[in-house]
Amino acid sequence: MASPVRTPGHVAAPGSGGVGDSPPRPDGALKVAGEFAYASDLWMDGMLWGATLRSPHPRARIRSIDIGPALATPGVHAVLTHEDVPGQKLYGQDHTEDQPVLAIGEVRYQGEPVAVVAADHPEIARRAMERIAVGYEVLEPITDPRAVIADPERLKVQPLGGVTRYQPVRVGDVDAARALAEVVVSEEFEVGIQDQAFLGPEAGLAVPAEDGGVDLYVSTQWMHNDLAQIAPCLGLDASQVHMTLAGVGGAFGGREDLSVQIHAAMLALHTGRPVKMSYNRYESFFGHVHRHPASMRYEYGATGDGTLVYADVEIVLDGGAYTSSTRNVTGNAASLGVGPYEIPNIRIDAYGVYTNNPPCGAMRGFGAVQACFAYESMMDRLGEVCGLGPLEIRRRNAVSRGSRLATGQVIDSPAPLAEMLTRLEAMPMPPACDVSDIRNLPGGASQTTRGEGVVRGVGYGVGIKNICFSEGFDDLATARVRLEVIGGEPTALVHTAAAEVGQGLVTVQAQVARTELGVQKVTIAPADDRVGDAGSSSASRQSYMSGGAVKAACEAVRAELLARAARRYGHDDLSAIGGKIVSRTAGVLGGIEDVLGGDAIEATREFHHRPTTAMDPVTGQGATHTQLALCVHRAVVDVDVDLGLVKVVEMAAVQDVGKILNRLSLEGQIHGGSAQGLGLAVMEEIVVSGGLVRNPSFTDYLIPTILDMPPMRLDILENPDPHAPYGLRGAGEPSTLSSTPAIVAAVRAATGRALTRVPVRPEHIVTA
Amino acid sequence: MRVNVTVNGSEETVDDVWEGESLLYMLRERMGLPGSKNACEQGECGSCTVYLDGVTACACLVAAGQAEGREVRTVEGLAEGQPGDERLDPVQQAFVEAGAVQCGFCTPGLVVQAHDLIERTPEPSDAEIREALAGNLCRCTGYEKILDAVRLAARRKAAPK
Repeated sequence: MASPVRTPGHVAAPGSGGVGDSPPRPDGALKVAGEFAYASDLWMDGMLWGATLRSPHPRARIRSIDIGPALATPGVHAVLTHEDVPGQKLYGQDHTEDQPVLAIGEVRYQGEPVAVVAADHPEIARRAMERIAVGYEVLEPITDPRAVIADPERLKVQPLGGVTRYQPVRVGDVDAARALAEVVVSEEFEVGIQDQAFLGPEAGLAVPAEDGGVDLYVSTQWMHNDLAQIAPCLGLDASQVHMTLAGVGGAFGGREDLSVQIHAAMLALHTGRPVKMSYNRYESFFGHVHRHPASMRYEYGATGDGTLVYADVEIVLDGGAYTSSTRNVTGNAASLGVGPYEIPNIRIDAYGVYTNNPPCGAMRGFGAVQACFAYESMMDRLGEVCGLGPLEIRRRNAVSRGSRLATGQVIDSPAPLAEMLTRLEAMPMPPACDVSDIRNLPGGASQTTRGEGVVRGVGYGVGIKNICFSEGFDDLATARVRLEVIGGEPTALVHTAAAEVGQGLVTVQAQVARTELGVQKVTIAPADDRVGDAGSSSASRQSYMSGGAVKAACEAVRAELLARAARRYGHDDLSAIGGKIVSRTAGVLGGIEDVLGGDAIEATREFHHRPTTAMDPVTGQGATHTQLALCVHRAVVDVDVDLGLVKVVEMAAVQDVGKILNRLSLEGQIHGGSAQGLGLAVMEEIVVSGGLVRNPSFTDYLIPTILDMPPMRLDILENPDPHAPYGLRGAGEPSTLSSTPAIVAAVRAATGRALTRVPVRPEHIVTA
Repeated sequence: MRVNVTVNGSEETVDDVWEGESLLYMLRERMGLPGSKNACEQGECGSCTVYLDGVTACACLVAAGQAEGREVRTVEGLAEGQPGDERLDPVQQAFVEAGAVQCGFCTPGLVVQAHDLIERTPEPSDAEIREALAGNLCRCTGYEKILDAVRLAARRKAAPK
């Protein structure tokens, strides 16, 4: 069988930077030239186009499916339903197989896949889908998660339930502590559904293999987890399904669940031809899970001087019809539900719930984002009531190294939150709004006033995020490193299954290899399943985990190299630096190429982080996280209080990353995370009514443009975590948490409005 | 139908184009030029921005047949030199160096739009950069490094050679 064109190849990592430098991205030149092979760019001679028929209803029984007319359409090669799923009919994350590959007898969310089609042209596939007659008996959707909690048996969306996970946290005695509180604040908060809105649509190519298996080229975050779900559904042995990572156009959690994988493979196996699937934007809004919407009730008590005495919290997360990662998201919301503050008495009840609303799962921040908006809003309220202001109330209650989290876990690495707030406070403020240029006003060029109603506000936000997988999961990553002489120069080849989703992992892998092996030339192999599991590109974990695995593999290669060098030169005080074998006592002994000759040295290593424990199901106690990361934001906004328009003027952030591996990439992560937090604060929401999505397009679901995103000031701290490779601390997510509450606090400061729901809409600002 | 179109300086004839296809689809699926991206296919994201007779446009909003007899320049046509020995345009080079590329899916459209901006306005202010790029969505970078890249490219293009 021929190979697809434009599959990912080996890329040479340019530049010479090791850990701590900012060399260019290995894939950068390809990306700016339009030559990087994304999943939707794949193409192969004789390929067919796959398409997915989806449910128009959030809840309905399927009485009949007639595929006859569709199948008879010229140019159509296959129309498949659940009856054609060759193996297991259900799949899911975390060994919870509850999601049908194609709907069986019932649909449980709008957009649930019902049938798939393969045709010569995407338009033929689309027309064929219109000719599939599905007889639906429409049912009243279950859409109120609190009603489900109250009556889980009656309001069962699917056989599993009800409530996906209930996780309590109990510390001290909240009822007794009420008597000690001199100040009490309480509030209810809501967070709307946010979409990852990665720009590269879900896409992939499935190619039938000669052994009856299938080769998949897809954009995903975690190949090995995909494969574990795909092979059983195809009725194939795991060895018959192979996967290569196609170029990923952003992920942010939205590619942790399967999209086209099984469908494209089924169509390819059925037709014996390569099948390409690529969603358009409308379909993408239904083709992946979103961030859980949340409904939260918070009550805090404090002494008159602002010292927190108790927190009484209820968090309800709507996961939609299938489990996805709702259990772990709920665990995060519970364990991080009161943030990085010391509170002696805590009661948290966190629920993940099944409904017929859009399915929700992983998104950057993963359960920590929703609670962060609530607990930071509470800190602002408390600071106001106690007369301390937003910074002092936070410093007074801030955790530091040695503090206990709500789970009882002791923070055993630096957590200088109070210092970070003080540094944030010291940053210069942007100048006042220059109203002479209309583009500076909220609303920009479409403003209709001269800025008479514009008021400035400043707000602060703090967030804490767990890094890597938690709650006892045996988190691992694998790397293979090969050192050999190519073209006269020692060259390292780094091979992992870790998904480069844009974050710059390929750059960091090359930097680690240069630092550990003392070579300049590094090549990154395409990520595929011919090497062991790398875990997911999520939870801010890949620099730590795959970075750690590459480091470990390089150390093994280096040990062998230096052992050979020791035999050759008769010295044992050797290191590999700048392409040379260097003795501490005798100086440069020779080149690495002299020691290697025509040999290659190769090593594969698995890396595991420190084990964590489960959360106690009754008390929520446990050392559940391996690492925690802090970010703090200050937001400055101009609000047109007459028109309800918000312009974020500037954001400033302080983040502790332990060790800067690559400043350029790191800053990009903090900027990008802050922008997604801005989106949640003031514009981004999948609007749902009666289980139906009302705005599945970039016309109606707005993400920040370059006009919405303000300049940022960054202050990046390096307090190393002694447990992590190079002392690093995962950095992808924390800024997504704290920017949202900072912006909303700034809008509150400008308007005096309570603003208990995000995204903040104009009517929240202007209505009486 | 048949479409005759000049793409990146080369006269091309494309057969069997269905009338409902966009210029974007024709470039990507029929002409082997997938550099223009398919992020939204509804004219909101700018990832498919190309020059059409010298003016930037979203290729997803142009019917393939509308390109008949016209000149299209895509991101693949910005680099100078012969195939195999291309030199990136200063805008492309600046995007790599400034860290303006993460996932890169928005990059081709932004590069074309920024290239057009600097052609028309050799020394753009930040407000002009923001205005010119307001139709190009990026989900990864928060735009800070994109501003850096455009400033850098403009400086380099303005510098005496």
